[in-house]
Amino acid sequence: MNKKMIFATLGKITVSEAGLMLLPLLVSLIYGEWTVALSFLAAIALALVVGFSLYFSCRTKNKLIFAKEGFIIVAGAWLIMSAIGAIPFVLSGDIPSYIDAFFETVSGFTTTGASALTDVESLSRGALFWRSFTHWVGGMGVLVFIMALLPSFSDRSIHIMRAEMPGPIVGKIVPRARQTARILYVIYFVMTVAEVILLLFGDMPLFDSVVHAFGTAGTGGFGIKSDSIASYSPYLQWVITVFMFLFGVNFNIYYLMLLKKFKSVFKSGELWAYVGIAAVATVAICINILPTFNNFWDALRASAFQVSSIITTTGFSTVDFDVWPTFSKVILAALMFTGACAGSTGGGFKVTRLVILFKSIKQELKRMIHPRSVRAIKFEGKVVDQTTLNGVGIYLGIYMMCLVAVIIAISFEPFDFETSFSAALSCFNNIGPGFSAVGPMASYAEYTGFSKIILSFAMLFGRLEIYPLLIALTPSTWTKK
Amino acid sequence: MKIIIIGCGKIGRSAIEALTYEGHDVLVIDNDPIVLNETTDMFDVMGVCGNAVDCDTLTEAVVKDADIVVAVTASDEMNMLACHLSRSLGAKHAIARIRNPEYNDQSLGFLRQQLNLSMSLNPERLIAEEISNILQLPSAVKIERFSRRSIEMIEIVLPAGSGLDGLNLIKAREKYRANYLICTVQRNNQVFIPDGRFELRAGDRIGLVAEHNEILKLLKMLGLLKKSAKSVMILGGGKPSYYLAKKLVALGVSVKIIEKRPEVCEFLASEIPEAVIIQGDGATQELLLEEGIGNMDAFVSLTGMDEENILLSIFASMQNVPKVVAKINRDELLTMAEKLGVETIISPSVISSNVIVRYARALENSKGSNVETLYKLMDGKAEALEFKVIEGSKTIGIPLKNIVLKPDILIAGINRGRKTIIPSGNDMILAGDKVVIIAAEHRLHDIDDILK
Repeated sequence: MNKKMIFATLGKITVSEAGLMLLPLLVSLIYGEWTVALSFLAAIALALVVGFSLYFSCRTKNKLIFAKEGFIIVAGAWLIMSAIGAIPFVLSGDIPSYIDAFFETVSGFTTTGASALTDVESLSRGALFWRSFTHWVGGMGVLVFIMALLPSFSDRSIHIMRAEMPGPIVGKIVPRARQTARILYVIYFVMTVAEVILLLFGDMPLFDSVVHAFGTAGTGGFGIKSDSIASYSPYLQWVITVFMFLFGVNFNIYYLMLLKKFKSVFKSGELWAYVGIAAVATVAICINILPTFNNFWDALRASAFQVSSIITTTGFSTVDFDVWPTFSKVILAALMFTGACAGSTGGGFKVTRLVILFKSIKQELKRMIHPRSVRAIKFEGKVVDQTTLNGVGIYLGIYMMCLVAVIIAISFEPFDFETSFSAALSCFNNIGPGFSAVGPMASYAEYTGFSKIILSFAMLFGRLEIYPLLIALTPSTWTKK
Repeated sequence: MKIIIIGCGKIGRSAIEALTYEGHDVLVIDNDPIVLNETTDMFDVMGVCGNAVDCDTLTEAVVKDADIVVAVTASDEMNMLACHLSRSLGAKHAIARIRNPEYNDQSLGFLRQQLNLSMSLNPERLIAEEISNILQLPSAVKIERFSRRSIEMIEIVLPAGSGLDGLNLIKAREKYRANYLICTVQRNNQVFIPDGRFELRAGDRIGLVAEHNEILKLLKMLGLLKKSAKSVMILGGGKPSYYLAKKLVALGVSVKIIEKRPEVCEFLASEIPEAVIIQGDGATQELLLEEGIGNMDAFVSLTGMDEENILLSIFASMQNVPKVVAKINRDELLTMAEKLGVETIISPSVISSNVIVRYARALENSKGSNVETLYKLMDGKAEALEFKVIEGSKTIGIPLKNIVLKPDILIAGINRGRKTIIPSGNDMILAGDKVVIIAAEHRLHDIDDILK
């Protein structure tokens, strides 16, 4: 294993994080928050020291990395970014406890949006901005972001990309990994700017617009108000609904649209499944909650917003869906599992996997009736090979096991079953709010430090799709076998 | 540039490595998903899985935007067809590997024209040419030729006790007076572009540029001159052996080919009646001894198995054959074979990728001074390029001693009409010259790139 290359890359990433923190520093200077600015300055200095010392002590000519190194670099990068990203919150006094700050930062980078704070509105502007900015960076991938900016790490950066990008099949859209990363980020950036402009049209203040656009783009869900989006106008809620949904779509689709290949866009099975699931869920919930609303449009807006927010794993809310009828809550819980499309900024199990899984179940049933039948499973017009099929099945298994492990680990807390279950589900799938005591209008503040660390790791596991962290934390990875 | 490589075999991969290093966007087509996955894991390229003569596959690979399509699958016909289709779909240039001797006679020109090929690539023939060059001058480990063969670059290994051992280049020039220039020195896997104070040591692999006669003069003074091979034993009767034997026979060399497959032996016997064809397993030492390996001037191992080539070359060296050449297909074995003591190694994939890279680089600067020849030296750590200088270049008319070059670049030779100049400080480059440049760690596209 090329340990030097791993640590040198982690050093580069830490230095890049110092660069990222310049933005919140600027924001706090604009708003005249001098202590906050100082704490960002201190964190930047620390990141630079740690980053450069790692980089210069481990620089190596041997740049050869394989899948294993790719996994470890990604896992290490996310841990180190979260650990350092939490420092400004503590220093500025916005979040006095380091564990809470770590939870908040992990929640930010993993685009979960679960908060350990009871009063968000008391945070400084700099801290609020940093919290949401982590969503934006984490949404498309920290390493992919750095890859897009810095000269290429290595010819084999595909290993890093594959470990960080969600979905069962990670391919490039253009030959160069770096070029691919850039195209994705340009699409991402343009869509974010579009959303900011549309929000500004609805008279949302600039700071709020930018922060909410970050939250939407990364499918994160950190807001700046205790009641999330509820106090904004219907127009603004619709804008956010639509953009949440758009950011949950596989970004390759947008690239295909740029290339004017609309035929392939329309043939995308994943896109149709995603649209279909969202539409059915919206209609079902809308009918179910209609009696509690004054008119149809309010009910539709509420259900569309919540469905879009949950399926893309964003976690914004306009109403307290915890008080909704059980049927609606169950549908929302099911959507938490589904997640968004592969190759989007959303989390969860991913619609792609669900489609492939559904097709293999169908095939298996047919095989029961016709034991000798030979069939191929096709997805997006191509035959899915056996390795991918197995991968999807095994991912489902490991996903369930991890979920159960997290539920058990946090079940020592004095909460009811619904809370523990939904907290684990929500963190693991990078959504944010759950039900009952962790519902949309509540927070994770009541949990103990131990549970917060467990949930932080659940978020990281969920965002990186389990394997990178699992491999990095397995002792046999580090022994010379 | 956007380049599409069809086929991820050894030659394909070698080309992919060289072209991505050059900074091109490379897309690879192969019909085996496993091989394709391996390739996209190793290199920063995009893969498309499918049959390359299927229009859907070519459309998916966006062939219409490709600057060059290189087809190097195992099948000549597939390569030709894939290139032809790509050209019809809008690819700007197409290079096909065509190695069957039957296509490589008079019909090649016709095929190229009819199929709209920009170039055909025949690695077997290329290595045959290279080996035959080396057999003409066995003292060299490697020979590269520039413009109309007037300038040559040869690589030799300095033996212990050589007159050059311990001399710096200025003194070497005083001691051995001939018109040559030492351009590269490889020592312990490091490549140097030496200046006058650089001291040579035994064991160094040095590259020098000179006219053919001057090279002979120098080698004679150094006591390194070996006579050109008059009798050659070739192991293996495949396509490269066929091309090589044809060439050698034409030069009046006596050739003996050892081949196992009877039908191949019959084919060779009918095609090259001047050569002696022995049917038998070349891996048996008894047979080699019986056929007089000890009396041969040269032994060339060209079987399809790299390991066999390496081991039998070592055996031949033990039998005191003066010149031993081994063909090695797999790039990763090259350094190991060198370590094991195989002096001259010929790699079809390296030669082919040189040709492809040269083609790509020449396309890149259609306006400036074109790259006419390109050789990768010393395992690709340095390269020798030949530029045709056209009017308007910033290098024209300045005495070389006043030109400020980038580090690790050397002007090694100038060809002016029929005259060859091994340049000194007072010479200058003129329009119409062909200039040979040696460069390490640079990628030159234009003659002006050498200036600081």
